[in-house]
Amino acid sequence: MRVGVVVFPGSNCDRDALHAARLAGAEAVPLWHETPDLRGAGLVILPGGFAYGDYLRAGVLARFSPIMAAVRDHAARGGLVLGICNGFQVLAEAGLVPGALLRNASLRFEHRWVRLSVERRDTPFTRAVPEGMLLRMPVAHGEGCYYLPDADLDRLEASGQVLFRYAAPEGNPNGSLHDIAGVLDAGGRVCGLMPHPERAAEALLGSDDGLLLLRSVVESTADGIPRVSAPR
Amino acid sequence: MSASEAPRVIPAAAVPLHRQLGVTDFELDEIRARLGRDPNDLELAMFSVMWSEHCSYKSSKVLLRTLPTAGPDVVAGPGENAGVVSIGDGLAVAFKLESHNHPSAVEPYQGAATGVGGILRDIFTMGARPIAVLDGLKFGDPAAPRTRHLVRGVVRGVGGYGNCVGVPTIGGELVFHPSYGGNPLVNVMAVGLLEERHLTRAVAPGPGNLAVLFGSATGRDGIGGASVLASATFGEDDPSKRPSVQVGDPFAEKLLIEASLELIQRGLVEGLQDLGAAGITCAVSETADRAGTGILVDLDAIPRREEGMAPFEVMISESQERMLAIVRPQRLDEVVEVCGRWGVPAAVIGRVTDDGLVTVVTGGVDDRGMPRPATEVLAAIPAAALTSDAIVYDRPAQHPTHRRLAPAPGAPESASDHLPVRGMDPGAVLRGLLGSPNLGSRAWVTTQYDATVGSDTVEASERAAGILRIKGTSKGLACATDAVAGVGAFDPYLGAALAVAECSRNVLVTGARPLGVTNCLNFGDPEKPEAFWQLSEAVRGVGDACRALGLPVTGGNVSLYNESPDGRIVPTAQIGVVGVLDDVERRVTPRFRQAGDIVVLLGEAVPGLAGSEYAALAGSAVEERLPSLDLAREAALQAMILAAARAGVLASAQDVGGGGLAVALAECAMWGGVGARLSLRVSAEPAVELFGESPSRIVVTVRPADLPRLAALAAEHGIPLEPLGEVGGDRLQIELVGGGAAGAAEERGANVADALDCALAALRHAWEQALPRALGDDEFTPPPGDG
Amino acid sequence: MASFRYAVSVMPKPGILDPQGRAVEQSLPHLGVDSVHAVRVGRRVELTIDAAGETDARAVAERLAGELFANPLIETWSVELVSAASSVRSAGPA
Repeated sequence: MRVGVVVFPGSNCDRDALHAARLAGAEAVPLWHETPDLRGAGLVILPGGFAYGDYLRAGVLARFSPIMAAVRDHAARGGLVLGICNGFQVLAEAGLVPGALLRNASLRFEHRWVRLSVERRDTPFTRAVPEGMLLRMPVAHGEGCYYLPDADLDRLEASGQVLFRYAAPEGNPNGSLHDIAGVLDAGGRVCGLMPHPERAAEALLGSDDGLLLLRSVVESTADGIPRVSAPR
Repeated sequence: MSASEAPRVIPAAAVPLHRQLGVTDFELDEIRARLGRDPNDLELAMFSVMWSEHCSYKSSKVLLRTLPTAGPDVVAGPGENAGVVSIGDGLAVAFKLESHNHPSAVEPYQGAATGVGGILRDIFTMGARPIAVLDGLKFGDPAAPRTRHLVRGVVRGVGGYGNCVGVPTIGGELVFHPSYGGNPLVNVMAVGLLEERHLTRAVAPGPGNLAVLFGSATGRDGIGGASVLASATFGEDDPSKRPSVQVGDPFAEKLLIEASLELIQRGLVEGLQDLGAAGITCAVSETADRAGTGILVDLDAIPRREEGMAPFEVMISESQERMLAIVRPQRLDEVVEVCGRWGVPAAVIGRVTDDGLVTVVTGGVDDRGMPRPATEVLAAIPAAALTSDAIVYDRPAQHPTHRRLAPAPGAPESASDHLPVRGMDPGAVLRGLLGSPNLGSRAWVTTQYDATVGSDTVEASERAAGILRIKGTSKGLACATDAVAGVGAFDPYLGAALAVAECSRNVLVTGARPLGVTNCLNFGDPEKPEAFWQLSEAVRGVGDACRALGLPVTGGNVSLYNESPDGRIVPTAQIGVVGVLDDVERRVTPRFRQAGDIVVLLGEAVPGLAGSEYAALAGSAVEERLPSLDLAREAALQAMILAAARAGVLASAQDVGGGGLAVALAECAMWGGVGARLSLRVSAEPAVELFGESPSRIVVTVRPADLPRLAALAAEHGIPLEPLGEVGGDRLQIELVGGGAAGAAEERGANVADALDCALAALRHAWEQALPRALGDDEFTPPPGDG
Repeated sequence: MASFRYAVSVMPKPGILDPQGRAVEQSLPHLGVDSVHAVRVGRRVELTIDAAGETDARAVAERLAGELFANPLIETWSVELVSAASSVRSAGPA
């Protein structure tokens, strides 16, 4: 299983994502933003950081970079895409996952360890997560308040596209509606989340819960036949 | 700014230009002597920034020469952009502390942000990838609206830059003291990791090589900013001391880091220098002088952001995020390609010469970098005259008329501190200390800093060392920064020596071996003999402590003129220490581990409460009663704790620092989530043992079976050892025995204290609420559970 | 060809939580101002477009506003012409 990690100018978690993907047993390669070539990656990760400085609006400028056309095609063909933090913002700006990430309700950058409930375990991103387990990992962002208009939010919930929610005791760090920390696209193949699973890939660093997400993907496609169920 | 509003070097009628630029008549004569003629206006402007205190260290050089700089692990010492120490396996660590005090007072967000940017450039200029930031912040009364404005802006600025660049902020300290009210201190320490073979120096060797400027274009921002601002007392209503603020662009810096490291790793540069204070002038003169060469700069080739810039503006602009590379001509295409791929503009602005001069020309150079016939020479100054041969002062130092020193070790103690101990409730005092602005939780700050980017952060800590692992090895790095302003206020020598001892102790208690020291010396106007005396005493203190502990000083920074209309700051020697852990899995943390572990105090309290947080809370202690520091005993304690950590004896360890033993124990308990039942011998003044900050003490826990080994190590090193009790429960209970305990001394009617008994939840509540309450932020939600 | 300078104002949609606006509003009592409400904080982008006429230029500005400057899910925008000038430069000295 090959994992490609997109490097935008200003990405700063690309090396973390490459490192974690290797720990999960994948072959991991960087993908340069100017080259619309995914190098045969089965999973494309849009990493955290401040792509293009996050100037104008977080994620918006990255959406126009050449590699995003390839990512779009990959997703349209049923390929797997994982957007983490800034990568989630890019996916949302590109319309590849629903919603928008507003400034944190506190108006501050928030670096905290949070706990995530996993709403579904039948997705390529969560199938290795044990039933009932809460995942501990850090958030680090200034604009992570998940927003959708009410009616769209109801549809999102009804279609099973909410994948992760912030859970007690740490709770919701940014004011996200419905405590939403991560969502799927309608096809269940593209996932965006604000917390950083790639920084929670080793017990030495405080948690290896995040590795479960990457291992889910690596294991679900290890035999070359992605086993995926579409959202409800 | 339109061209017509642009600053010009035009002297007002009565004041000669050199004085307007801050150059004294005496210094002008010195400049004439070095040039053998009068300088022209451009040359004078270049001298004025290079001979500023900030760039020349003209007042502190004679003192800094006395510091020990040699050590077995030192790869690069003072004089380079950052110190570099070896950690084995072909790897090395670059680290340095630097101040951005005055810019932060003018514009806290940008001042702090560009401070982070500047120190990061010092690190990656050496060929090291920045892996950690620590901040040493000092402010005045937290209740004052101006302080709150500064704290909010500075913390946002440190975070805003570090978070975006992707370097974790893993530690530091935030201290409030009234003397910083008009002049906050923003000291930032950066740490980087490099392969030793990639060590790069800021030199311009090889006449004929090209000088390539890459990064942001040059604008008028920060003209004379850091250099002039940081070299004069900061007045509230002096617009002439407020040049345009430097604005940081962390996105540009991130690209600069990647481009620079790729250039270095591919061997494409002969030398690399970042542009900071005094801009291009500083970069070209320092690199040329270090290499014994000269540099010819083609003014017209320098990319600019604004039109109509005067030559002096281009030459001394402090626009951020710029680098100077020295490149062999045949590698130029590759350099341009690398910069282009990272979106970083690059331009050849000159070439290395063999004449020892910094020459500035206009009218162009040809393809080989040679001046064209019509070229006009605007400036020609010996590079050394701007740097290594710049003016040096041996300033007069004078003891303040009102001056106290700590008692010599063993000297008889004078009388009472007049501290309220009769009927004292130590639990209430402990809650008060934990709830005070200086000792409460720093979560309000640290939640604004990305501490985990980079996937190397093992521990990010507010009151202990931060720990990183080194990928691909079993090793770890422990980093800490400390100052002891409370004591430094009374005795700058002792304050500086204590800071070295405390900072290295904070690194040692993790089990790491300290490798070197960086420092940032924040003092007042060196032209005032009392302020210069404070500086000289502090340097003596740093030197004595480093020699006693076997630590080399590998670099640092001096920030003078830290005065405001409200007065001078207290002498503040900010110290940074980096140490190496051979096995990061075996690191020791302050957290109590498990019930039944034995709590042990290593070292013993000596009288002296002056300068302590307890004294600040209780009123004030007379200043004769400063804690003494016995450097030989400190060295013995440090050797012992390192041996104990390596032997795997320690379950936890915490330095006894601000707030004394009781606060250290409370931290171990709160962070570990488990209490302790203890018993402490106290003298006639229980506050000394409970809350005194006398140095050379560490509180550790061991498994019961390991106590004999710990005792043997203590005996071997001659360290007093006192088992206090055991870990367990959800309260911190300290029964007092001896002269000052209520039970023993009730009948005597003086100087007695009751037992300390506090629920951890109550301690945690006081600790968590301290800083948000002090800063008037009632919306902050502290993170649960974490230390 | 001529040059048209536009100002694009981007505002949070009505109903979208605007923490910046709320923070501004909450700080007003400190200034002794209690008559202000409904503060919203947005963003203004100014740009110059070379085009044959205002209609063409405005089409470009509107497109950029909708696709780049604003996120239609959360923001509204308006495009305002600030100035227009002939971009033909005279050959001789000004």
